[in-house]
Amino acid sequence: MGLFTFKGGIHPYDGKDLSKDKAIVDYLPKGDCVYPLSQHIGAPAVPLVKKGDRVLVGQKIGEAQGFVSANIHSGVSGTVKTIEPRMTVNGTKVNSIVIENDGLFEEVDFKQNVRPLDEMYREDVKDAIKEAGIVGMGGAGFPTHVKLSPKNEDAIDTIIVNGAECEPYLTSDYRRMIEEPEKIVTGLQIVINLFDHAKGIIAIEDNKPDAIEKLKGLTENIPNITVNAVKTKYPQGAERQLIYANTGRQINSSMLPADAGCIVHNIDTIVAIYNAIIEGRPLFERIVTVTGDAVHETANFCVRLGTNAQELIDAVGGFNIEDPGKIISGGPMMGKAMFSLDVPLVKGSSALLCFQEDMVSAVEPSNCIRCGRCVEVCPGRVMPNKLADMALHGDYDGFVKCDGMECCECGCCSFVCPAKRHLTQIIAGTRKQILANRKR
Amino acid sequence: MEQTMKISSSPHIRDKETTTNIMGKVLVALMPATIFGIYNFGVRALALIVITVVSCVIFEAAFQKMTGRKVTVGDLSAVLTGLLLALNLPPSVPFWLPVIGSFFAIIVVKQLFGGLGQNFMNPALGARCFLLISFTGRMTTFTYDAVTMATPLANLKAGEHVDVKAMFLGTTAGTIGETCALALIIGGIFLIVTGVINYRIPVWYIGSFALFIMIYAVASGRGFDVSFLLAHLFGGGLMLGAFFMATDYVTSPITPLGKVYFGILLGLLTFLFRIFGGSAEGVSYAIILGNLLVPLIERITVPKSFGKGAVKHE
Repeated sequence: MGLFTFKGGIHPYDGKDLSKDKAIVDYLPKGDCVYPLSQHIGAPAVPLVKKGDRVLVGQKIGEAQGFVSANIHSGVSGTVKTIEPRMTVNGTKVNSIVIENDGLFEEVDFKQNVRPLDEMYREDVKDAIKEAGIVGMGGAGFPTHVKLSPKNEDAIDTIIVNGAECEPYLTSDYRRMIEEPEKIVTGLQIVINLFDHAKGIIAIEDNKPDAIEKLKGLTENIPNITVNAVKTKYPQGAERQLIYANTGRQINSSMLPADAGCIVHNIDTIVAIYNAIIEGRPLFERIVTVTGDAVHETANFCVRLGTNAQELIDAVGGFNIEDPGKIISGGPMMGKAMFSLDVPLVKGSSALLCFQEDMVSAVEPSNCIRCGRCVEVCPGRVMPNKLADMALHGDYDGFVKCDGMECCECGCCSFVCPAKRHLTQIIAGTRKQILANRKR
Repeated sequence: MEQTMKISSSPHIRDKETTTNIMGKVLVALMPATIFGIYNFGVRALALIVITVVSCVIFEAAFQKMTGRKVTVGDLSAVLTGLLLALNLPPSVPFWLPVIGSFFAIIVVKQLFGGLGQNFMNPALGARCFLLISFTGRMTTFTYDAVTMATPLANLKAGEHVDVKAMFLGTTAGTIGETCALALIIGGIFLIVTGVINYRIPVWYIGSFALFIMIYAVASGRGFDVSFLLAHLFGGGLMLGAFFMATDYVTSPITPLGKVYFGILLGLLTFLFRIFGGSAEGVSYAIILGNLLVPLIERITVPKSFGKGAVKHE
């Protein structure tokens, strides 16, 4: 099994036992829902509704602007209360549609969107995916229809479904694979059929043997889909590492997966494609894991997008301590620390991770002792200690020369550093600065 | 809304390993050799070890206090420097000598260059070489069971017979911590298994040195002389140097390939110093010289970043 891995990486405590046995539960929002018009990479959507309009579940309320953009659909029925800048999990205010939830969850007729698959041309499928507002749901939020339209379609020979779920604590993809594996297989087949020479790979970390078995069973008689058990190691699910582990092909930061003949989709994204094409349901819900040692109960919720984060915390009985040390949107390695729970859940929200104590502020960085652990674990094969040094000295040219821009900000170097230096943070900040300088 | 929450940039979790832990593990790994040294050389050895460690810690704390820096003796690195220096001293040196050595190691080699992580030379070895040059007589007089005698390596150089088994077990003359190859190998394996050090430097150092010695043995007409080889491997400071001094994080290359080059370089230098040098031993000088070349070695062994030079798949 030597092939299905990459060099470097770490083995943090995975915390998945906290929530992996909790079946997916539908959660219907009680309060207002907020829809930021920018939940994706690319141009923000523009509102299609105005104050006072009545909207239904699944109704398109935001229209994509240009090709690299995504539609936005309501997850509740109710009345548009206002359209104004609202705080998002990133800490920035984004123009958002606020819908007063009437609690009826009256849906638009999804069946009218459904067409028999064999009557749809490839362009129709892509259009339907675009119409459904699907973006990469692993967190980055890249519009899926753009991914599915590479320059050279003939070069695409591998569609990888990312079931690695290498981020500690997250169990949403795992629950999907256990509970709705058929949707994943069908969703993957839809994508495979968009290309002439593509085959499918479902890559799952080998710490999820039941998921592997289920999907292997389902794909046994499907010749163009294989299930690969990849080594359990963070960041196995990072796009570049996953492509390498499954195909042996390498790409660098200036290349796209399509340059390696690959397209990589998150589990939830594939399910969203299934929902859009087979059931006619646009993207208005996703699975969010609520976990950590600071909540009374853990859960895997199927949540309507736009739901207030606080509602999910209330739904699990609140915190078990008065003042949780840290709340993270996403996983502990790449997730974002939240400064407020009064923010909506969006397309890229995979988890609410609540820690009793903040591990980061508890330690103070000390001198680098040059132990080399950061170099050993770096999946990008760069030298984090050296890059951080250059970054702190303002040596941006040296930083670029030493391939600082190849950093994927996975966090492995900060994780292992015995001197507790904030390597990833220093490097990530410098990368942003350099990119900003280039734009000037 | 009044709730205040801590925010920071990802990642939000940290490994348990700390600098102090690592230093502690190295200290543990040195315990077999230390305990054997005390057993072998008596209470005097223990007294020297205590004096060296205490003076290293005091010098570090005093310097940091006087210069208004944060006192970091709690990280155990000064303790480790002190222990390593003590293990590199002959058991017969006067008690003031290690104090001078500690001053040189901590103040001159380490703190004046910026403290932990900034020194370009191994502090304990720097101090040993300083003492060796300044107090050559005292640093090269070795007593065993109250009798002054030559070290096995000196005997070997003089062409005399040496007891390889005694060298392996450590019941010979030498510095406090270097004589027992067995204890040092146990400690070294502990460090490799617990992931504190990488195998590359000791393996390439000892391996390349052994190869050079064998080539020399054959070329000089000794033939394939295994006991000559073993005497060189177990004699002097090779094991102590290879597992505990050459692997010092701060003064060895950080790159994987650099560690290989560094090991081979040390093997070559040690071989040259021991065979062709004036003194019977050469490990300390080899490592010190190697330390100076570390920045250059690192420069030529920067790993290739992931996907560099990748070509588009058509």
